[in-house]
Order: sequence, then C-alpha cells, then structure tokens
Amino acid sequence: MTRDVMSSRDAEPSATVSVSRWSRTASVAAAAGIATVAFLAVLPYFIGGQAEQPLITLLTFVAMASLWNLLAGFSGLTSFGQQAYIGVGAYALYLVAAHGVNPFAGVLLAAIGAAVVSLPVSALVLRLSGGYFAVATLVVAAVFQIIATLSPSVGGTTGVTVPGLTGYGDVLREALTYWATLAVAVISVAGVFLLVRRTFGLDARAVSSDPVAAASSGVRVRRIRLLAYVVAAGGTGAVGALVALQTLYVEPTSVFSIQYGVYMLFMVLVGGMGTIEGPIIGALVLFALQETLSSDGAWYLVIVGGLAVAATLLASRGIWGLASERFGWSLLPVGYRVRQPRNFHDSQRTRAR
Amino acid sequence: MTWVNAVIQGVLLGGQYALIACGLSLAFGVMRIVNLAHGDLAICGAYLGLVLSSALGVPVWVTLPLLLPAAFVAGLALQVLLLGRALRHGVLAPVLVTFGLSVMIENLLQVAATSDPRGLNGGALTLASFTIGGLTVSWLFLAAFLTACAVLSGLQLALSRTSWGRQVRAIADDLDTARLVGINIRPVFATVAGIAVATAALAGVFIGTIGTFDPLAGTSTLIFAFEAVVIGGIGSLSGTLIGGVALGVTQVVVGEVNQAYAVLAVHLLFLTVLMVRPGGLFTGHQPAGEVRGQGALG
Repeated sequence: MTRDVMSSRDAEPSATVSVSRWSRTASVAAAAGIATVAFLAVLPYFIGGQAEQPLITLLTFVAMASLWNLLAGFSGLTSFGQQAYIGVGAYALYLVAAHGVNPFAGVLLAAIGAAVVSLPVSALVLRLSGGYFAVATLVVAAVFQIIATLSPSVGGTTGVTVPGLTGYGDVLREALTYWATLAVAVISVAGVFLLVRRTFGLDARAVSSDPVAAASSGVRVRRIRLLAYVVAAGGTGAVGALVALQTLYVEPTSVFSIQYGVYMLFMVLVGGMGTIEGPIIGALVLFALQETLSSDGAWYLVIVGGLAVAATLLASRGIWGLASERFGWSLLPVGYRVRQPRNFHDSQRTRAR
Repeated sequence: MTWVNAVIQGVLLGGQYALIACGLSLAFGVMRIVNLAHGDLAICGAYLGLVLSSALGVPVWVTLPLLLPAAFVAGLALQVLLLGRALRHGVLAPVLVTFGLSVMIENLLQVAATSDPRGLNGGALTLASFTIGGLTVSWLFLAAFLTACAVLSGLQLALSRTSWGRQVRAIADDLDTARLVGINIRPVFATVAGIAVATAALAGVFIGTIGTFDPLAGTSTLIFAFEAVVIGGIGSLSGTLIGGVALGVTQVVVGEVNQAYAVLAVHLLFLTVLMVRPGGLFTGHQPAGEVRGQGALG
C-alpha cells in the first residue's frame, strides 16, 4: 500500500517521498477487530438470551453512529432527521414480514426500501446546506411520522406487531436478532471504512469543507452528497428493521423519535467526527451512560445534550481525536500519510547547496 | 362563510408563526446561524411567563416589562457564551451546538416543570371576541397578529433607519468588509441574538395564552418557524410574515376539511416550495444548492 509520488529525476533515491495508507498498527488493529467480531459471533453459544440484550443495544449504537458519521463527519451533511429511516426500515420490515417474507431476511429488504425512499427525499433536502438542511430533515421525519399515523394499514397511531416470529423459540429468536444486529454493525463500520478509503473519502471531505472549491477541482459535489445520503439512509433503514425485530412492535412515536437523531449526534461528536474509531468509542460512551443513568430519562438526556455541546466547543475532534493527536494513534487509517525517508533532510541540504 | 372564516383565522394564526420566525430569520440573515433551539427558547419564554404571572398573581401581559428584558439578556448571554464561540469553529459547529442546547432545554424543562401541558393566564383578553359581518374574531388572535406586524415593521424600521441597522445590514451583506470598515461585530451580534430571543419569548407568551404548551413543544415550534422563513424567502423579514400567513391559512383551511391532515398539509406546502422555488416564494429566484450565501435583509 505504498506508492511513489515524487520519483527523483536526478537519480537520488534517498530523496523519494512515499505516501502510505496502511501501517503495522493498522494490521494489528484490523486483526484485533476481526478477532473481536469472531468472539462476538460465537458468544450466543455461551451466554443466555438476557445477556444478549445489552450487546444488541450497543451494536445498534455502533451501526447508527458509523452511518451518521458517514453523513455528517465525512460529507458535512448534519441530518437530525435520520429517525425518518429508522421508521421507514421498521415499517418496511413489518410490511415484508406481513407478506410472508422471513423477518430476518427482511432486514436486507428494509435497507433497500429505505435507500429507495431516500432518493426522492434527497432531491429536496440536498438543495439546502448547513442548518437549513438539518431542519429540513426534521420536517421529512415529521412528514413520515404523520403519514404512518394516518395509514390504517400499518396500524395508525397504535402501531403493529411484527408477524412471522412466533415459529421461533425465544432463545433462537434472540440469538438470530443478535446475529443480524452484529452483521449490520460490522457491515456499517467496515462499509464506511472501505468507502471512505476510496476516492469517495477524499471527495466527500473536500465537499464537506468547501463545496465550491471542491466543485472547481472537478469533484462531482451532487453525486458525492447523494451517495452519502442514500448509503446512510439504507444502513439506517436496516437499523430500523433491527429495532422492530428487537421490540417486536412498530409504533410511530417510538420509531420516529428524535431521540435517535440526538444519539447519533452525541456518539459521533463525543467519539470523534470523521474517523472510523470515533463513532465506536462514542457508542461505548453512550452505552455506558445509558447503563448508569437510565433510572432518570430526562437527566440522562440533559447530560447527553450538554456533553455534545461541550465536545463541539472544547474538543471538536472528540475523544478519539484527542487521543490520536496526543499519541499519534491511527488504528484504521482513512487518510494519506506522507513519509519522509530517513536521510531526507540530508539530501535536501545537498540539493540546496 | 365557513371558508372566509377559515382564511381569516388562518391569517391571524400566520401572524403567530411570523412572530416566532422573525428572530430565526434575523439571526440567520446576520450571523448565518440557524438556531435549532429557537423553538425551545420560545417555550422557555412561555414558562417564564407562567412563573412570573403566577408569582405576581397578574395576567401574563403585565409581566412583559420584566419578561422581555430578561429574554433579551438571556439572548446576549447565549451569544457571548455559546454561539459566538461556536461560530469560531466553522459552519457546522453552531448547528451542532444549538441542537445539543435544544435537547438540554427540553429535558431540563421536563425535570423542572414535568411534562404536563400548561396554559397562561391571559386575563380578560383570553375569551373576548367581537363580531364583524357575521364573523367572530378573537381579540387575542387579533392581538397576536397585530403584535407580529408591529414587531416586524419595527425591526424593519430599525434596520433601515438607525445606525445599528446600517451596521447589521453591512454585516449581513459581507462580514469581512464590514469588519474592515471598522464595525465592531460582537456587540451587533449580541444585540441581534438578544432581539431574536426576546421576540421568541414574546411569541411563546402568545402560544401559551392561545393554546397549551409542554416541554417538548419546542421542536414543532421550530419547524413551523423555519417553514415560514423558507416559504417567505430566507433572510427576508417581510417575506417571513407572508410565509407565516401562508402556513396559517393552509393549516386552518385544510383543518376545516379534515383536522388530521392540517399539519401534514403545512409540511407538504413547505416541501413543495423547496422543490419549486428553493429561495422562497417572495424573493428573486435563487439557484438551488447554495442557499447559504444569501445576503441582504429586506
């Protein structure tokens, strides 16, 4: 993963600067990540159904945060209305399950459904940027919620029970839900990682920091924003389907709750925007907060909001940003690092003479 | 007659929306901030009105001389302590900070005041009405509408006639050039934030007197205000009034047919405007995509 960018013409190999995109640390981190996933995958054989519940919550957080990071962290699209796709995914799962599709296979269909729904929506909301984009996404979520409320075929205000799950025993159903959640979380994190390492990652960050300059450098701004929006919507739709599988019940006020938008914001801001590691750390922090403070819902959200504000103002790169700055860590690198050869400065001096 | 009545009620309701929206519009025009906590600040104004009027045992109108300066000072503090700092962290930071603030306010209100819906004591004005040509008009609704018109035209006058207004317009046009010719940005930003919060609080008092409010009402209040701003044209105060009226008329007229579809119709009107004329109905057509770069208040 090393390539030369500046081959020296005067046959001075010591002056070659190389760009690296990978490191030994990254190999170790990737191996540790794969080992962790393998461990999590076999876990249901050793622990009971009840112990899976907290892990399902944590993995849902990881998936939501990684997808929101793709949108806001890498592409500059701060949507606070991603709960629209949580809801669409949950209702899509209900609809395909009601038509006899296996609910676990329905997760994939729900993701596709959410991505398809996001296409016409993107034509509207991507006309705006910054705060106006943010509020427009809130409006979209509100519209979806009202439409669900007004549709008797999906239970209106009272909601619907997810069908097709009675054939499974409790233990098997919970294990399957757990595996589906693990799969969605892994695909979200790995998918965002691989996507951002492609040219898309550079383009997206360029669009995020200055759309006009990016466009003038030949970046297809609209296409980049569209891709980020649709991929995030599809992934969030899969998360919504998982929420439906977990709760076994789909109700408009809970699946379209703005709380999801708040959680996504919190995890990405506190963990570290625009990194792969940050959202995972943010998910762990939110999970820990929820476990310790869940007795009082309102205070818990006050703290969540306050920490998000504090992170933006005091540590805009989040926990992971602070750590990587301090210790030079980069476990899952998405950028390009210029390496100077050991005798680079000597050769520079020789040239200067 | 039902329809004429619905349109009139809608226009009056639109005044309330415009009153909430004008602070949002002003703050965006000058500071390029979309304050996502604006609706929550309006609801805070309603709660402050509740506390003051029940402590003093008077209708909420009597407490306005206390309430509005308090809200103005709160706006100054908000600007100095949070928004001004957020602005230094780039364009996304204010969005993130105000959303976090909105979450905090909603949940702090829930802790402090429970989630029960409340109403404000509006005195004799609450139920008073008059009949004109067979139509019954509530004095309270009319007062809200006239207040909105007064606030909007007062702001417009201040912007076009005073030296403060000239500074505000210069900043709205081009921040860097304004700074270059010697305008001190911070006090102007602070007064704009103060006015935005004070008008939000005033709107909150009307919301609380006309209907009920609860800690979570801020988000829907923000959405309506935002829709009024976009429909009227971003950064345009006169457009904001028309935008608010368009929302109010749509809501009441559709509600006359079927109450369940009233709010949906408002949102769809907004999305349609966004699709057809993203720069708003009452401004020159703006190119899609870059709404951020718009200037002038007017």
